[in-house]
Amino acid sequence: MATFKEFRNNVKPNWCPGCGDFSVQAAIQRAAANVGLVPDELAIVSGIGCSGRISGYIKSYGFHGIHGRCLPIAQGVKMANRELTVIASGGDGDGFAIGMGHTLHSIRRNIDITYIVMDNQIYGLTKGQTSPRSAAGFKTKSTPKGSIEQAVSPMELALSAGATFVAQSFSTDLKDLTAIIEAGIRHKGFSLINVFSPCVTYNKINTYDWFKENLTKLSTIEQYDPSDKQQAMQTIMEHDGLVTGIIYQDSNRQSYQELIPGYKEEGLSKADLNLSQEAFDQMAGEFM
Amino acid sequence: MINQLSWKVGGQQGEGIESTGEIFCIALNRLGYYLYGYRHFSSRIKGGHTNNKIRVSTTQNRSISDDLDILIAFDQETIDVNYEELHDNGIIIADSKFKPVPPDTKAVLVSIPFTEIAADLGTSLMKNMVAIGSTCAVLGMNIDVFSGVVNEIFGRKGEEIVKKNMAAIEAGYEHMKEALAGDVGKMMLEEADGKKRMFMIGNDAIALGAIAGGCRFMAAYPITPASEIMEYLIKKLPPLGGTVIQTEDEIAAATMAIGANYGGVRAITASAGPGLSLKMEAIGLSGITETPLVIVDTQRGGPSTGLPTKQEQSDLMAMIYGTHGEIPKIVMAPSTVEEAFYDTAEAFNLAEEYQCPVIILSDLQLSLGKQTVEPLDYGRVEIRRGKLQQQGTLPVLEGNEYYKRYEVTEDGISPRVVPGMFNGIHHVTGVEHDESGKPSESAVNRKSQMDKRMRKIKKISFKTPVYKNTPHLEPDLLIIGFISTRGGIEEAFGRLEADGVKVNHAHIRLLHPFPADEMFPLVQSAKKVVVIENNATGQLANILKMNVGQINKINSILKYDGNPFLPHEIYAQCKELFTDGDV
Repeated sequence: MATFKEFRNNVKPNWCPGCGDFSVQAAIQRAAANVGLVPDELAIVSGIGCSGRISGYIKSYGFHGIHGRCLPIAQGVKMANRELTVIASGGDGDGFAIGMGHTLHSIRRNIDITYIVMDNQIYGLTKGQTSPRSAAGFKTKSTPKGSIEQAVSPMELALSAGATFVAQSFSTDLKDLTAIIEAGIRHKGFSLINVFSPCVTYNKINTYDWFKENLTKLSTIEQYDPSDKQQAMQTIMEHDGLVTGIIYQDSNRQSYQELIPGYKEEGLSKADLNLSQEAFDQMAGEFM
Repeated sequence: MINQLSWKVGGQQGEGIESTGEIFCIALNRLGYYLYGYRHFSSRIKGGHTNNKIRVSTTQNRSISDDLDILIAFDQETIDVNYEELHDNGIIIADSKFKPVPPDTKAVLVSIPFTEIAADLGTSLMKNMVAIGSTCAVLGMNIDVFSGVVNEIFGRKGEEIVKKNMAAIEAGYEHMKEALAGDVGKMMLEEADGKKRMFMIGNDAIALGAIAGGCRFMAAYPITPASEIMEYLIKKLPPLGGTVIQTEDEIAAATMAIGANYGGVRAITASAGPGLSLKMEAIGLSGITETPLVIVDTQRGGPSTGLPTKQEQSDLMAMIYGTHGEIPKIVMAPSTVEEAFYDTAEAFNLAEEYQCPVIILSDLQLSLGKQTVEPLDYGRVEIRRGKLQQQGTLPVLEGNEYYKRYEVTEDGISPRVVPGMFNGIHHVTGVEHDESGKPSESAVNRKSQMDKRMRKIKKISFKTPVYKNTPHLEPDLLIIGFISTRGGIEEAFGRLEADGVKVNHAHIRLLHPFPADEMFPLVQSAKKVVVIENNATGQLANILKMNVGQINKINSILKYDGNPFLPHEIYAQCKELFTDGDV
């Protein structure tokens, strides 16, 4: 058992002071400790952008890949060694623009990893362009007259793609965020956690105050049942996606690896690479 | 008696042309004949002319033949498209159903009611069997040689079906016997040695080689002509604890394979040109993060969708130089099905030893050409994992110290750990990084890490970087090729030698890093050099010139119409190099 401090590596993040990503970093560290992980058994795979740097700011195995591709890399890691806990993470550009295809297909594939999106509705590292999460009318350097495209609704998309775990949180709410990440890690299957993580430098609309004013906690909705998919969809639509908490969880569906007949219980990375001569001869014999 | 035969069956795609060729081949392979099959097909499911040309021989051959002895035609188009290949003593055996019109050739046209006979026996689907029976009559071959194969293919559908199919073969034989009058066995093959050999396509060998080489995971997206590799591995990997994931796209396939290799399992991805174009950024990631990755490129006609079902060798430059920036990379080019097996197994060793992407460059003719292969020897395959560390052996890291995964070493290769190993924590990033993987933009660090990475492949250990058949110290001609042109060159070689031209042949099997030391003396000692390749710009010739100089000596014979070289084309164009009478 490790404490959350053991997941710190003392690398100073290059995020702006006040960036929402600091809390996500802290929440991952706490959640990892709370579920009983040690740093050597955790792999964090991240995308490109401000948030993509997170894999370098947590003491664990970390893989900072290419833009939009943290999900296939993370799934590959989990397929190689199912004994590892694998977290994929990145920004809204990473997950809902360049990597949108992987997001939807990871959801339907349901490999047991946790995907944390740091959603700030803007491209920060490239200094302020519109994102697929920017609201229509949002003015940025690339949309000087306001975005004329519709924002994507990741929670609705996830539900319709067959997600087994969909949650949303707000970066200031460290306790709730930590609990949701813990639940995501414990969930047997793919978990999507979208975190509103404000960009204090380039997004002057979706600020901390704006979120505080507009977000609704699911815990305040009477008789909200996260196993009821229909209610989940309806609630998201009613609140324009601005809810926090575990929106939907299906604990019955088996994960991808559980459905592969014969797939090793222990990490595939430990498999013997040699075949018996007999096994080889049998395969070769099929060509004779 | 003849020692080789060229047989072709043609018709509309979806009519069972493929399976006719398959049944014919398996039976003859078991008798000990060497077979080489090449499919002409289109990028559609039903319709469109397709044919399967098969060469049967008592000795090993690795090329389609120039001409044709027997043409089985299920439609007029087959006759019209292919009759010119028939030599004067050839036979066309056509289905009388389409009222075949004889072409302008000396070859004989025999009409047999393939469809009618089959329908009378139960189903017109068996017309292929009737055609096989007719072939047997020409070859003077006992139809019993097909009973084993027919049993295997149709056995699970019941004895009745097996009997009907054998009856169809027999009826085809009898009809043809009558048509030939006294000429049964007019093309009788010399008896083969009866030895057991394999019969497979290059993609089968690549897939089997991957398993033998310890590969336990594949991520891939379907594409012609690479899909057979994933289709084979999805059948064979689960019993070994592994699996194949068909990803949403080519980028996911490459990056998932990188993730799996990083996770410590030997993983592969395979595609053709369009897929490789999409994988380029990932290949760069594998390069800079020093993550092993084995990638197969089964080349087809490019660019863009190009000629998806046709032969070409035009990805060479893209595979050597592709991805932005500069990375260490190994590009191998097996020239036979046997080499495809051993090289693929070896690719996994090289990927782990040099911690870089390894590309196995195949082409459509090698990947899909079905041929007889001497039994593959698993004993020759070894597993070497380079500087991969073992769990429990790593020294304790103090405080916030990270493992030096990118330690600068003399050979450029750093010790490698995989997630889950205690005391191995480090960072991996596609951003330039220091020895522990932390991002760094320092000029000193940049140079030292670049030098370290590029140093890894300065000299790699590769058993046979060049296949050589070099009987002459000072040849008139050095013929150079790569991948599937091997068989065509070998046949042209024999004919040129018979004409008195002194020929050496070098087939390049390691394209990058280029075996300049081996190639320089070969080029130096030859009066003329010619590079044979299926592309329009002479990519291999250019790579050769870059590495060994002697530019004025190096000629090119190029073919880029989508078809493989025929031996006589190589022979004739090589002869043209000597019209000035210098031989």
